Amino acid sequence: MRDITLGQFVAGNSVIHRLDPRTKIGMMILYIAMTFLVKKIWFLSIPFAYLIIELILSGISLRYILNSLKPVRFLLILMFILNLFFTKGEDVWLDLGFWKLTGEAFLQSCFLTLRIILLVAGASMLTLTTSPIALTDGLEKLLSPLKVFHFPAHELAMMMTIALRFVPTLMDESDKIRNAQMSRGADFESGNIFKRGKSMIPILIPLFVSSFRKADELAIAMESRCYHGGEGRTRMHQLKFRLIDLYAILITLAFLAAMIVTLILL
Amino acid sequence: MSIEINHLTFAYTQGGKKLEPTLNDLTFTIEEGHFLGIIGHTGSGKSTFIKHLNGLLPCEKGTVKVDGLDLSEKSERKKVRALVGVVFQYPEYQLFAETVAEDVAFGPKNMKLDEEEINARVTEAMHLVGLDPDRFSSRSPFDLSGGERRRAAIAGVLSMRPKYLVLDEPMAGLDPLGRREILALLEKLRAESGCTIIMISHSMDDIANHATQVLVLEKGAVCMYDTPENVFSHAEELQSIGLSVPNVTQICIELNKRGVAIPSSICKEDAFIEWFREEKAHA
Repeated sequence: MRDITLGQFVAGNSVIHRLDPRTKIGMMILYIAMTFLVKKIWFLSIPFAYLIIELILSGISLRYILNSLKPVRFLLILMFILNLFFTKGEDVWLDLGFWKLTGEAFLQSCFLTLRIILLVAGASMLTLTTSPIALTDGLEKLLSPLKVFHFPAHELAMMMTIALRFVPTLMDESDKIRNAQMSRGADFESGNIFKRGKSMIPILIPLFVSSFRKADELAIAMESRCYHGGEGRTRMHQLKFRLIDLYAILITLAFLAAMIVTLILL
Repeated sequence: MSIEINHLTFAYTQGGKKLEPTLNDLTFTIEEGHFLGIIGHTGSGKSTFIKHLNGLLPCEKGTVKVDGLDLSEKSERKKVRALVGVVFQYPEYQLFAETVAEDVAFGPKNMKLDEEEINARVTEAMHLVGLDPDRFSSRSPFDLSGGERRRAAIAGVLSMRPKYLVLDEPMAGLDPLGRREILALLEKLRAESGCTIIMISHSMDDIANHATQVLVLEKGAVCMYDTPENVFSHAEELQSIGLSVPNVTQICIELNKRGVAIPSSICKEDAFIEWFREEKAHA
């Protein structure tokens, strides 16, 4: 349990790392739009090129990107196979009577699978280069115009920050409780799924109790330091939109424009 | 019968890499019937060490044998957990059941004892820690006071009737009365059932007054392992590794400096009082 790292932020000081989190969120949205606009497999090379440039500039090793694809590997395989079966086409490669493998189906399978891979890889570029705290700061700023409609942008960001902050603490706590109950002969490893589920109760209840206690303590600690919500609150880390952020957005827009041009021309 | 620790070495891993060893080649034997006090600076490996006494952490290098049962054998770990009871820091945070009696019964139930035996053990353990079963059995552990909760949690370990009781700072955060109650409980256990006590504490006074053996850990290695009198006579050495001597020993050192001939090996309050009475009688 100890080896789980939160999010997947890799600290660094590259151009990409130093971009404003709002810029990076914007870049990701544009990138996703770009990827969804692709209609032919060969044009996936445009978002692919964009991703490669970002990867090189960020100095993140390719290993992290591959790791981020691990959780979706079964989805990718399933999508690939289903599309092989359900896409109709003329160019028959293999005829088994009940099912024909066609060139179109193969191309379509590759296309959809590659698109998902590019989407996941692009999204993980954001979380790999932006710390969770910077990310919530950026989200808060981006959502703050919605405050006009009484959208609780600050509260939402604060909740996310606190939740992220407490993941390692709770992990530590559950480790401790687990050790204590194992010392009293509790067995978490044997038995069927119901038995195992039931054996988690001696861990979960103390964990809940301590979470509530910690929440209470945190609330008192925040109030005793005059926390009163987002209004008029200044920040330690000011988000600044700099020239480099403008360039990053412009370059991304150029890629998107190139994508749209290919769509119109073909 | 004893706990034998042989060349025990352990290092935590972080991000797939081994860190500096937390325990470095520990070799010693804990004899049955003793009250062993473990002292050491924060990060000296005390808590990591006690996790090896009932197999919560695997023996990577070296062996730990409890009454001859080898803890590197997975099948023997369960047996050892019935022999070695461990009370961790702030044990009250592990309470989970609806009633105190149910929580105390958790250990014996896991040992697959029959109903009658479980009930007998629960009553016995609650009596031992000073929680009257008639009053507390059916109360929720979350309604108790801090000190009562701690005692209920300790009862949850005692109900397994461990032959070796390991405690990690059992008095942390308790008031003086609570501390005295826990120490009295440990003395009673040792006198009545011959239970071996292994206690980590930052209070040199408590260790000096109650322990029969003291283990000093420093950077994961055994620095000293001797009687409290012998250990606490090395005041300078202890100070150099961030520890101190009991108040009584400190008084003896100061008296010595001022020309009073008092043996520097005195560390127990009773021994000091006895010395004082004798001196007075001589005079």
